[in-house]
Amino acid sequence: MLNRYPLWKYLMVIFVVAISFLYAAPNLFGEDPALQVSGTRGTQVTSEILVKTQQRLAAADIEIKSAALEDNQLLVRFRDTDDQLKGKELVAELLGDNYITALNLAPATPSWLQAIGAGPLKLGLDLRGGVHFLMEVDMDEALNRVQEQRIQDFRTDLREKRLRYSGVLSKDDGTLVVFRDADTRNQSLSYLRDRYPGLVFSERDSGDNFGLFATMSEQRLKEVKEYALQQNITIIRNRVNELGVAEPLVQRQGADRIVVQLPGIQDTARAKEILGATATLEFRLIDEKADVAAADAGRVPANSELMRDRNNRPVVLQKRVILTGEHIVDSSASMDEFSRPQVNISLDAPGGSRMADFTKDNVGRSMATVFTEYKTGDEKNEDGSSQLYKQQEVINIATIQSRLGRSFRITGIDSMAEAQNLSLLLRAGALIAPIQIVEERTIGPSLGKQNIENGIMAMLYGMLAVVIFMAIYYRKFGLVANVALFANLVIIIGVMSMVPGATMTLPGIAGIVLTIGMSVDANVLIFERIREELRDGRGVQQAIHVGYDKALGTIADSNITTLITAIILFAIGTGPIKGFAITLIIGILASMFTAIVGTRAIVNLLWGGKRLSKLSI
Amino acid sequence: MFEILKTREPIRFMRHAKAASVFSLVLIALCFYSLFTKGLNWGLDFTGGTVVEVEFSQSVDLDEIRQQLDAAGLAGATVQNFGTSRDVLIRLAPHADGDVQQQGDGVLVAVQQANNPAEMKRLEFVGPAIGKELAEQGGLAILAALLCIMAYVGLRFEWRLASGAVMSLAHDVIITLGVFSWIQIEVDLTIVAALLTVIGYSLNDTIVVFDRVRESFRRVRTVSTVQVFNEAITDTLSRTLITSLTTLVVVIALFWKGGALIHGFATALLIGIGFGTYSSIYIASAWAMMLGVKREHMLPPQIEKEGADQDPLS
Repeated sequence: MLNRYPLWKYLMVIFVVAISFLYAAPNLFGEDPALQVSGTRGTQVTSEILVKTQQRLAAADIEIKSAALEDNQLLVRFRDTDDQLKGKELVAELLGDNYITALNLAPATPSWLQAIGAGPLKLGLDLRGGVHFLMEVDMDEALNRVQEQRIQDFRTDLREKRLRYSGVLSKDDGTLVVFRDADTRNQSLSYLRDRYPGLVFSERDSGDNFGLFATMSEQRLKEVKEYALQQNITIIRNRVNELGVAEPLVQRQGADRIVVQLPGIQDTARAKEILGATATLEFRLIDEKADVAAADAGRVPANSELMRDRNNRPVVLQKRVILTGEHIVDSSASMDEFSRPQVNISLDAPGGSRMADFTKDNVGRSMATVFTEYKTGDEKNEDGSSQLYKQQEVINIATIQSRLGRSFRITGIDSMAEAQNLSLLLRAGALIAPIQIVEERTIGPSLGKQNIENGIMAMLYGMLAVVIFMAIYYRKFGLVANVALFANLVIIIGVMSMVPGATMTLPGIAGIVLTIGMSVDANVLIFERIREELRDGRGVQQAIHVGYDKALGTIADSNITTLITAIILFAIGTGPIKGFAITLIIGILASMFTAIVGTRAIVNLLWGGKRLSKLSI
Repeated sequence: MFEILKTREPIRFMRHAKAASVFSLVLIALCFYSLFTKGLNWGLDFTGGTVVEVEFSQSVDLDEIRQQLDAAGLAGATVQNFGTSRDVLIRLAPHADGDVQQQGDGVLVAVQQANNPAEMKRLEFVGPAIGKELAEQGGLAILAALLCIMAYVGLRFEWRLASGAVMSLAHDVIITLGVFSWIQIEVDLTIVAALLTVIGYSLNDTIVVFDRVRESFRRVRTVSTVQVFNEAITDTLSRTLITSLTTLVVVIALFWKGGALIHGFATALLIGIGFGTYSSIYIASAWAMMLGVKREHMLPPQIEKEGADQDPLS
């Protein structure tokens, strides 16, 4: 019997379409205005908070749809945005500083759909509004710092071993240590070589100076850069959390870039201020021996440098850094027993032990907190990007009262505001290397809505035109093709909703619209073949069978090439282009399935195996 | 039966192959002329700089906005309407200090008019280095696509057909870019996506024709190459026209309803698909014929006996 499908094929087609429909369904339910509460810096959101929040909202007569704890976050759903805004104010006030409250639109997907992991499409920034930043880490500066640190380490090590050197300095991407005799040089070389496995050592002599030269091995260089990037990502994540954005995204891109996406944020200026504050902190000792006046006139002792405090008074600091800001775990501002403002600082374990080691020998001396900011200046690099310049300032000088451990406090601060500001800077973490925003795209929420509307309108009109044409031109077979077209659309949206990380963008919608136009192609190929076979005088069943068979190779060939271009787009493109490529790939695969297997199933069901003399095609 | 083509006689397409080639050559020459003299209007993605889209509550006079920007020290900005007479797009070249936010806010403050408040809809800033990278990526994507296609078609069909296919694709891309340079539409990343789609689409058409050509070659022994091509193109013509029609219809819907942001994208597709249909009929086939495609090339390869080409030992 020609043109009969086995039962399993019918079931497969029904199964694929049904599953896709299930996963596409959440897109029909819309969203609830909601409030998302999360803890800052590891604060847990407990059921106690949930109860407190519910009581507070009930007391203010604000009706809520639901409130639930999900993976350490509290989600409160409201009936409308007015309630949502009022609720946010109340809850933020109630919970205070340790919690972040963010406005959000939570998908109103019914629980039975959530149970199978279905959720609506994630919309890209161009459809929901928000900010996208691309940031670049200044790797040269990161390496410079490692270099500076190494010079200090070499000096300390050689001094400890009583190996006399006449100088340690930076030279062409490495460190050069100069000695007066070859013997000391050789001893130092073998000692340092064992101590620093990540460095490559060589001898460099000139005249009666014996030098050893150290550079980082390729491996180590990679590690340092990788570490700088990872560290920055972590810090930016923390800063983004401080902003209270509902679903932020912080992701690495390539070797030295970070993508940050903040959906639905309105206050971009503040976001940039906090993200772009490429600030670092260092604790250093004051050089008490130095003559400040002489230093100010340009005569600075060798191992010290001159800086200025906030009131522009000169301060001479030792070059040696006790500790950098990356070891700071937490900091807060508070009042001491005499109600004077102070800043409490907690360090991580390595930072704590370093601080303890250092301070036990230096009680009574003054320690300065140096705040370094990188700003873009007017000077240009060769590639046309703005050059960064360093702005350093001593923000606090405090006397070391006793041996400090993992947590200590800085007192003698002028005002509470000053204390809060200092603690925020300390808390936001210190970027290990300065960062520059190299790309920024802000889409207003109204534009996002408009984009969705435009996309959907284009889709509807395009689809309508195609459907009408197919029905007129191929009559009943055209209707079959139209069913396949709808199934195709459902499959695309279903799969897009299923794939984690797939976001719908405006070009993505364009991709779907295009797929609608192109997907009838497979059916047109098949139907034209069937017509041809009928014209050549074949029987109806034969014509259907041969038509499908012959068209198959052509469809496969022509689609595979389009698929190749779509995959290249996906591999090379970023952002919206990727969105377009994803929909195109899914669209091509779905249209092949619906055209070849889907329509065949319907055709077989309606016409297959019957004695027919005419066909409505 | 409702049909576009009622003919049962093959249309003699290849009679016009020469004329078509001349037509295409002239077109391509014009496109190159335009590309070299006018160049392309590179969009923000490739040049770097800042773009601010502002929506006014009523329609505004662009000259007035230019004056306001000049007064605010933001000279050299290009100002144009975007979609409607109330939407204005302001573009600033990349400048030294990278504080975009201030630049964007500065623009918004500068263009505010009494009794016609403006609202910021979009602000985009692309650093100059990024622009270079994106341009490289775009060019690379198009080249990679062409090479992969050449390889695939070469393997599946035959090198002469493959080069014909790639020629017709390059033809479509050049013409699309030429038209873009002629009417100075902005070329941004979505245009690269559109060009790749045009490549994919145009190829789709070409492959359908080539598939038929191969089939006819294998089936019929007696007819000339020209006839085979004519028959193949005629047989697939109604399908080619219908698919182009449905695709053009949806692209027109995109163009008309999709909003200003995808105008360029839709335009590129309109041009590309229009010419893609023509080039898959003429350029691809004509080129393959010029390279002397014959029936033998289409047959499954004969396996030669080892040593068959050597003289027997005596």
